[in-house]
Order: sequence, then structure tokens, then C-alpha cells
Amino acid sequence: MKEVKCDCGHINPFGTKICGKCGMVLGSEKENKLIDMRYEGSARRSQTYKKTIVDKIWNFFSSVKVGVTLIVIALIASAVGTILPQEMYIPSTATPAEHYELEYGWFGKVYYELGFHNLYSSWWYLIIIGMLGISLLIASIDRFFPLYRSLKKQGITRHDGFMKRQRIYGVTKLDDHDINLDKVKAGLKRQRYHIREENGHILAEKNRFSRWGPYVNHIGLIIFLIGALLRSVPGMYIDKVVWLREGERKEIPGTNGEYYLKNNEFTLEVYDKGNKEDEQYSAAIDKTGTIAKTYQSDVTLYERKGDALPGEKVDLEEVKDYKIKVNEPLKHDHYSLYQVDYKLDELSTMAFNLINKKTEEKFGGVKIDLNNPQKRYELNKGYSVDLISYFPDFEFDDKGEPRTISKIPNNPAFIFKMHTPDKPEGEVSFVAIKETAEPLGENTYKMAFNGVETQDVTALTVRKDLTLWILFTGGIIFMVGVVQGSYWNHRRIWIKRKQDEIVMAGHTNKNWHGIKRDIKKAIESTSLSEPTDQLEEEKSSTKGEVLNG
Amino acid sequence: MAEISSNFLYAAFLLYLVATFLFGGSIKDKRGAEEKKQNKWAKLAISVTILGFAAQIGYFITRWIAAGHAPVSNLFEFTTFFGMMLVGAFILIYFLYKTPALGLFALPIALLIIAYASMFPTEISPLIPALQSDWLHIHVTTAAAGQSILAISFVAAIIYLVKFVDQTHSSKRTFWLEVIMFTLVSTIGFVIITSTFAALDYKANFDWIDKKGAADKQEYNLPALVGPHEGKLIEADRFEPLVSMPAIINAKKLNTVLWSIGAGLILYGLIRLIARKRVAALIKPIVKNVNLSLLDEISYRSVLIGFPIFTLGALVFAMIWAQVAWTRFWGWDPKEVWALITWLFYAAFLHLRMSKGWQGEKSAWLAVIGFAIMIFNLIFVNLVIAGLHSYA
Repeated sequence: MKEVKCDCGHINPFGTKICGKCGMVLGSEKENKLIDMRYEGSARRSQTYKKTIVDKIWNFFSSVKVGVTLIVIALIASAVGTILPQEMYIPSTATPAEHYELEYGWFGKVYYELGFHNLYSSWWYLIIIGMLGISLLIASIDRFFPLYRSLKKQGITRHDGFMKRQRIYGVTKLDDHDINLDKVKAGLKRQRYHIREENGHILAEKNRFSRWGPYVNHIGLIIFLIGALLRSVPGMYIDKVVWLREGERKEIPGTNGEYYLKNNEFTLEVYDKGNKEDEQYSAAIDKTGTIAKTYQSDVTLYERKGDALPGEKVDLEEVKDYKIKVNEPLKHDHYSLYQVDYKLDELSTMAFNLINKKTEEKFGGVKIDLNNPQKRYELNKGYSVDLISYFPDFEFDDKGEPRTISKIPNNPAFIFKMHTPDKPEGEVSFVAIKETAEPLGENTYKMAFNGVETQDVTALTVRKDLTLWILFTGGIIFMVGVVQGSYWNHRRIWIKRKQDEIVMAGHTNKNWHGIKRDIKKAIESTSLSEPTDQLEEEKSSTKGEVLNG
Repeated sequence: MAEISSNFLYAAFLLYLVATFLFGGSIKDKRGAEEKKQNKWAKLAISVTILGFAAQIGYFITRWIAAGHAPVSNLFEFTTFFGMMLVGAFILIYFLYKTPALGLFALPIALLIIAYASMFPTEISPLIPALQSDWLHIHVTTAAAGQSILAISFVAAIIYLVKFVDQTHSSKRTFWLEVIMFTLVSTIGFVIITSTFAALDYKANFDWIDKKGAADKQEYNLPALVGPHEGKLIEADRFEPLVSMPAIINAKKLNTVLWSIGAGLILYGLIRLIARKRVAALIKPIVKNVNLSLLDEISYRSVLIGFPIFTLGALVFAMIWAQVAWTRFWGWDPKEVWALITWLFYAAFLHLRMSKGWQGEKSAWLAVIGFAIMIFNLIFVNLVIAGLHSYA
């Protein structure tokens, strides 16, 4: 494509609307009263090439209209996802297919059928976000480079047509007296304008860096999105839960057996009106009832020494003791352990005495570890008990046979075989809570219940997230960019000295009141007349129309 | 200490009220029309506003001492704080632009927000474990600061629209402007109704059947226009519900909404009857001297100042805390999603303004929608969509 040579001699790339050096209008905008200063009228790829399929894709994603449309679609889709709770927030025991219809009627059913219960991980939502990311990238590239080039190459002496068609514009007739511009320059310098001069013409500029703000924040967002994408790379992200009983030590899932954790104690503390330091909350406690104060797991972290061979006992080394609380996770070697759940008073042991049913004479007791029962318990001489079957979470199935629902001792049941000197063959007894049965005929002996012990169980989330620093970097870059672009404005003031007049024009990318204030201050004690805002004038001349519109 | 604290809040409320009238006076005064020169009324008004703001800071500090934690942990505390930050943001913008008209609208909105806040339970509540973190203060205060500055853009937009919209004939514009006015009036209605029945100590208890078929009890603090599912009134002398709701609908909340709309309709109707004009037309003369392009600038500038602060507080700090407290920085909790929606909306606003030249009226309507989204997130998401953030 051919380049465009301006009258001033500057050669502009094809598609340029305003000469990068002198500002003469090159494009079709010649008729407009004010020129469109966006991107300095530079040649953007998307505005110049429109033929090939690549051009078309490029132009699609670089369009702000498309970008905003994508934002609005993402916004609406996100809102739809909050109408009903997402799948991860419904009770874990519920089946989604039934739950939504049961709780929310036909609407819930439709919501579920459309897949809105998992909206944020649906393919179409991810496509919208992906398209937004592409749009961020392409729109930024399309604008940044031409803008950077034209701001770098901008001339000091500007074409008359450029000056006249700036929003802020003023002419001071010199008649026969001359005006020394030094005062104005000093005034502008005081306001931290950077002054450049050429043949007596002036360009005062400040805060050009704020123009890069949008591009910086877009880079931040792109890095953030990349970080979010990397999460699905294996090894970058771990999300597991470990349940630990008091006194129990287990391998931490997700660490490949490298770390072990022992739960020494779990504590649940609630606010207590009687307690002096919680006194001020008594009204709230009366109203809501129990309010939790602390969930805490006192744990010990162990690290495996050397390589573990299957079947061999692992050699563990103590790393540290820690009190894990909500908001105070245990962090070690990229892993974090968070307090997320608990269960109080889970049955841990159950004790029985072997007695003669008639005489109630005792022949020794057993204490069964419900999580790790023995097969056989020796009692007084000649007396022993075999544990034939154990059902930690017992129920009868459809056929009336005993079975266990889970491995958690919620409702333990046992089948014992009691060996005694007079019954060496043994008597079989089925024992559950508040229930005993003698399936093989009348027994002489029985296992009499003798109390339980309970313990607390803590649930910890195991997390490793190697993408965090990427997300954090992206976040920081975004914040820097957005502050850079929002809290500063790029302002330029051109002063052109001509034979019998001084022409002044001003442009800012935002906050026009600010630049007007700057100019007013700079020319305060000179005889330069204050430039006017041509847009305001236009408005006031059509005021009646505006009001009726 | 708790009592001193609430006295400070009363004082702040009264001072804001006085300041509103003073701003009214400053606008009536001809000299108030000039932008740069403040008249005596305006100077007095902004002084009283600052005094009120100081009183509210007094409330904040004393309540912090009384509670042992920053008072931003339930709906009453957060909403009050939002009101306070709105006044703070107004003071900031006022010193940038010196526009008394802004005070005349910003302060009543802050008053409404604070009055609305005090309709929620005001006891000092202890912090649940998830909230016991310094990030509570950091995240909540920054997010509220950002929101309140964004809210100033709504205030400027309202003034813009009141002045801009032609009231000589009815149009879509006048309709939507009246919708905004009606919403504001309904909030007043809600406050009046709730505090009246609270003063009368009205309580009506119902036995009802919830959606799982279980029997339950519910206490109404307003006469029940709509009763709960298969509800049976326990006290004989209470108002019998007109209709009973199905179990899926929270009848108590719906009842409150109906009362607010009803009270709003009566108030609004009365205003229309007496004035024989639209409410916006009624207040239009007050703003006849304001400069539209200045308001447009204020509205845009507030978004520019507020957007980064909002991002920092409601997204960046929020994510850092969520990572610490909830094990993940983002979990698609409704409050999180609505913060994202707010952010996306203002991002769209900025792009439309910068690249599509949506200025003036269009920009003003957008500012109104942005504020509506924030209020929706504050009220509806907390009260109706239950999530991790519904602590109140």
C-alpha cells in the first residue's frame, strides 16, 4: 500500500487520518468542525485493511463495539448464574437432577436442563471469556503501536487546520504590540508541563504516560486470564480434603506421600455471654443462639525421609507443630492446609463386659477401637471373645441382612463369638446400639454395654496453587495500568506564533475542566485571551434544541 | 460506649439533614449559580457536612472500640458505613468542583441509606471465624470507598437528568426518571412503615408449613398482607393475611416489599396530587442554574476515581482474603459474581465513553444503572440470594 506524504514533508503510513507531524487533516474528515483526536488519527490496521479473512477476524476483535458487547454478554451470563445456587453450593448429599426441581419447581428443572447449575464452567461461558481475552489483546495491539508512533513523532509546529479544529481554541490579535510568551511558558512549567519549542512555536505537554494506562491494564488482564487457564495444567493446582480424627496420622493427599499430618486436637469454641470479653455480644447471642468463635486444629506436620518402597514402613521426620484456624492456614512448601469442616463427638471406642446373663457375674471387659477393631480379645483365664463381623455404620438391607453404609462408626454393630470354659465352642451374639439378638439359639453369656468414648474429627483442605503468583502479577499490572490511565490525564497545549496573532489550542484525553484551568492559570497575567471550548459554544448556540431533545 | 456511638450517629444524621437545607439555601441564592465563587450558604453547608462526617467518624470509632472489631460486619454496619463514605466522597468531589447542587442531592441519598441501614438489627455482633482477619477492615472499607465514589457519579447523573429531561410532555425519559424518583420515595416509605410498626412493637406469629412439608414458626413485624404457606395466625387480635403464599416464596420478605411499594405509592401519589406535576418536574427548578457539562464531567470523573478503588477493594483485596479464608480466591459466590458484574458494567461504561463518545445523557443513564447494580448487590444479594456473604 502506498504511503501518504503530507504537505509538511512527513511520510505517513497508509490510512493515516491526521499527519503525525504537523497535524494536517489527510483523510475524509476535512469537513468536520472539530477533528476526531482518538488515537491521534493514526493508521490503525483495523481501519485500513478490510479484505482478507485475517483482516476480518482482526477487525472484529479490535472493535470496541464488539468488546463492549462481549462484556455485556459476560455480565448477563454471570448474572443468570446467580439466580439459583450453583451446583457446588447445593447440599453435597443432594442429586442435582432432583434437587433443582424439588427445591425450585419447574423453573429449577429448566435451569438444570439448560446447564445453568454449572454455568461458570460451561463451554459457552468459557468461550465468551476467551473471546474477551482475544479482544483485549487484539484491540490493544491495533491501537497501541500507531498511537505510540504518532505521539513519539508529533511535531511542535502544527497545521492551522489542526489548531482551528481543536476543542479548545483561541486567537489573540497582536495589532502592533508583541506578547512575550516567557510568562506563559513559566506558568505552564510550574504546572509541570514539559515544554518544547520550534521557531517560536510551543508545545506544552504533560502526563503522556497516562495514555499507556489502558494498554498496561489490558496486559495485566491477559496475564491474569493466562494464569487462570494454567490452572488446568496438571501439577499446577491441587484441591483435596483430608479428614483426620484426633490422634490420627495420615498421608496428606496430593503430596505423593511426601507429607503426613497428625491431628493432635480439634477445638470448637463458641461465644459465651458469661465470659467477660464476650459481654458486649450478649444481645446478638440471645437473638441468634450459638455463634462460633474458633475452629482450630492442633496438628503436627511430618515429612517422609528417603524414598518409600511399597510395603515398607515409611520413615517420618517431624517438621513442625501448628494451630490451623480459619484465616490461618498452615503453609509449607507450596502446600497450604485450611480448616474447612469438622465433626464433633464421633464414636471412637465402645466397651463391653462379658457377663453371665443370670448371675450377672463379670468375666472381663473389652474396649473396641471402632476405627481399628481387633479380631480377638482375651479376657480372664479361659474366657475370650472373637469379633466375627463388624458393621461401623450398620443397617439392615432389603433382605434383612446386616450391612454397613460407610466406614464411619456412626452406628456400630458387632457379631461376637464368646468363648467360655463351659461353652468352649462359643456362643454367637449380635450386638448393636439398643439391640441384641441371639441368632443361633439361647445364650448363657452376653456382651453387656459398658460405655463409649468419642473424639472430634477435623476436615482440612489441601491446596497447592502454582498459578497464584501469575494471577497476582496480572492483578498488580492491571491496578498500575488502571490507576495510570484514570488518575492522570494527557494534556497538550499548542501555541503558534504567527505574523499578527498568537493561536492557542489545547487537547486532553479527559477532564476538560482541568486543562481549561491549567490554561487559565498559565495566561493569568498576560494579555493573551482565554481560548474557548468550541464544543460548549456549539451546544449553547443550539441550547433550545438540546433542552427539547 | 455503644450508646455514645449511636448518639454520634444520630448527631451525624441531623447534621446531614441541616446541611441539606443549607445547600438548598445556597442554590436559591443567586450567587450560588456561579461555579467558582461559593456563597456564604454553601460555605456554611459544607462546614456542617464536614461536622456531620466527623460525628459519623466518631460513631465509627466508638463502635469499633465497643465491638472490638471494625463495625463493617453486618448489614446495618456496612450500609451505614457506605452512607458515611458517600458523604466522604461527596466532600472530596465538592472540593474539586465546588458545586452546591451536588450536596443537595448527595446528602439526602446518604440520609436515605443511613435510615435504611438502621432498619436492620443494630446489635453488636461477634465475628464468626471466617471474618476474623485484618482483611475484613481492608477489603470492606476499600470496597465501600470505591462504591461510594461510583455512587457520586449517580448523584451527578440524577441532577443532570432532572435538568436535561424535557418535562413539557411525557416520554420514555420522563417515565424512567419517575421510576427513579418513585424508588427513592418508596425507600422513604419503607423507613416510615418499618419504624412506625417497630415503635408500636407489632408482632404477629404464624404457624406454617415450609417447602419440605415441615411445620415451622415465623414472626412478622409488619401486618401480614400476604401470609406464609398454610399459615395460621397465633395471636387473635392481629391482622389476618389477605392471601397465603406458596411455600417456595418467602412470604415475609414479599410482605415487606409490598408494604414499601404501597407506602411509596401513597407518598408518591400524594406528592403528585398536591404538586400536579411529575416529581422530577417538581425539583427541576432547583437545578436550573447548574452547568450540564460540569455535571457530566463530575459524573465521569467520579467513575474514573472510583473504578480503580472499587477494583482494588472489591476484587483484588477480596480475592486475596478469599484465598486465605476460603481456600480459593474465587468461588462464584453470588456476592463475588455481582462484584464482577459491577466491575464489568463500569468497564463497559468507560469504553463506551472513551471510544464511542457516549457523553452527557447516555452516560448519565449508565451511571444510574451502575448504581442500581450496586444497590442490588448490597440489598438483594444479601437478603434474597443466600450465599457466603449473607452474614446479616
